[in-house]
Amino acid sequence: MAARAEALPLPRSWPSGGAALAVAFSTAYLSLIVLLPIAALVWATHAHASWQAVSSPQAVAALKLTVLVSLGVAVFQAIAGTAVAWTLVRDSFPGQSVVNALIDLPFALPTIVTSLTLLALYGPRSPVGVDAAFTRWAILLALLFVTLPFVVRTVQPVLVELDREMEDAAASLGASTFAIFRRVVLPNIVPAILSGVALAFARAVGEFGSVVLVSGNVPFRTEVASVYILGRIESGDPAGAAAVSVVLLGIALVVLLGIGAIRRRATRHDG
Amino acid sequence: MRRISIVVLLVLAVPALAAGSTKDVKLALVAYSTPKDAYTKIIPAFEKTAAGRGVGFSQSYGASGEQARAVVQGLPADVIELSLAPDVTTLVQSHLVSPSWDKNAYHGIVTRSVVVFVVRSGNTKHVRTWNDLLRPGVQVVTPNPFTSGGARWNVMAAYGGALRAGKTPKQAIAYLTELFKKHVVAQPSSAREALQTFLSGKGDVLLSYENEAILAKNKGQSINWVAPKATILIENPIAVTSTTKHAPQAKAFVKFLYTAQAQSLFAETGYRPVLKSVQKKFHFTSPKQLFTIGYVGGWTKVQKKFFDPNSSVMATIERSLGG
Repeated sequence: MAARAEALPLPRSWPSGGAALAVAFSTAYLSLIVLLPIAALVWATHAHASWQAVSSPQAVAALKLTVLVSLGVAVFQAIAGTAVAWTLVRDSFPGQSVVNALIDLPFALPTIVTSLTLLALYGPRSPVGVDAAFTRWAILLALLFVTLPFVVRTVQPVLVELDREMEDAAASLGASTFAIFRRVVLPNIVPAILSGVALAFARAVGEFGSVVLVSGNVPFRTEVASVYILGRIESGDPAGAAAVSVVLLGIALVVLLGIGAIRRRATRHDG
Repeated sequence: MRRISIVVLLVLAVPALAAGSTKDVKLALVAYSTPKDAYTKIIPAFEKTAAGRGVGFSQSYGASGEQARAVVQGLPADVIELSLAPDVTTLVQSHLVSPSWDKNAYHGIVTRSVVVFVVRSGNTKHVRTWNDLLRPGVQVVTPNPFTSGGARWNVMAAYGGALRAGKTPKQAIAYLTELFKKHVVAQPSSAREALQTFLSGKGDVLLSYENEAILAKNKGQSINWVAPKATILIENPIAVTSTTKHAPQAKAFVKFLYTAQAQSLFAETGYRPVLKSVQKKFHFTSPKQLFTIGYVGGWTKVQKKFFDPNSSVMATIERSLGG
């Protein structure tokens, strides 16, 4: 079953030859591209020990808002993204390929354009009668827009590969449609959903461009962490900005590790 | 397909390179975002003068504070124009600009403007004075002074406006508190974003700069603006960096910016010229109680007292929004 590919056990011993080269390359690449900048960030914070920026109520409010809305977005996408993926794989309707292509569009759009578009759509002069701009709902809407592709794109290939015979077998044994989905399909796609959820959450936590214009940036109400961090930089406190960033990264890391743990558990039960 | 696009790229690039090589000297102009429109006219005009012959330009525009930081981090710059003097101070502290940059006839200032109330066509809420902003139901948009250096002009205009109206410094701070707590409905991160927010329909009044209002109006936006009787004179500084390798050309360019021709081009894009002779040709309103940053204490004091991110008047006000 292709969907089980993720459950393959990791090699326990050190690899040799070409594999060693691959590990060396991956480690070097990861260090250079990801670990180095993050280490620099942590060092910048540590060197100046400016935790005042983090403990201020305004920073706490911005961090709380960012994490809560991002979690909300991740949960929402888990459900909506799976539904969209399901529709794209299992149903056929006219214009399906166009809809399929549309999914990736939020990635192609510069985020500031997203913000301008959402402002026009959900602003005080909304053509659809939804005046949500400058509220927390606007932040949610902007984040839902930019994180749409993640769950859809991680679940879609797994659904395509999923063996229909299992479902047919379950149906022939008298299982209801809901029972088939819950007992047969869901266990197979949960790891993929969680991968997508993790990506969506990570993206939402750090998002700036699409949120900055529609949120209104009012402290304690609609100011997200990335905008607060910008404020620290612009006010000549880059160390404070780095400190808040490190805390944000720390929270994101904990949540991602949590999602990873659930994912491993789900895969194990499955296998 | 790929080969074709490479050929296309080459065809496009060759004349560009050739055009670049005819210039003997290339000056790097690093400026904040709004004067861009003016420079697209001023630079060709300079290149037609004797001093400007053979001088090419690379131009970089962005948020004032960001541009200053970029230069500190190594962005090459021969001439810098920023939104407010403290950003030049940043460069002075890094030994990139001479401490005597403002010791000339114009005190290092190349353009001016004033803080105005941008209102909707017709000004249905009849907003004319700083006190009008506190009337029940009046919604104000102003960029966040912590993310936008330029927004600090707005805050100091409001504070000084309250002082001019006879308030004590304490009462003037109370005015700022009430304004931000009860009337400011959005704090976009930059002046341009604030304009976008206002144009989207949010708010009755946008605190902005006269030149931004003129530019928006010239571009066909249905807005109007009112200069309050008491408002601040915005002064935008310019300087030649001390690290420039083309000092004669850079100085010649700055000198050209003070000619009637260049000042008129600035004025056409909404800035108030610093040359008296040019001022007469344009009809800018003269607010009766105009004041400068010196009236409210000067930038050095103001930065610390009002805009320190940890403990200052504005930090306290923003914190009070939490309840």
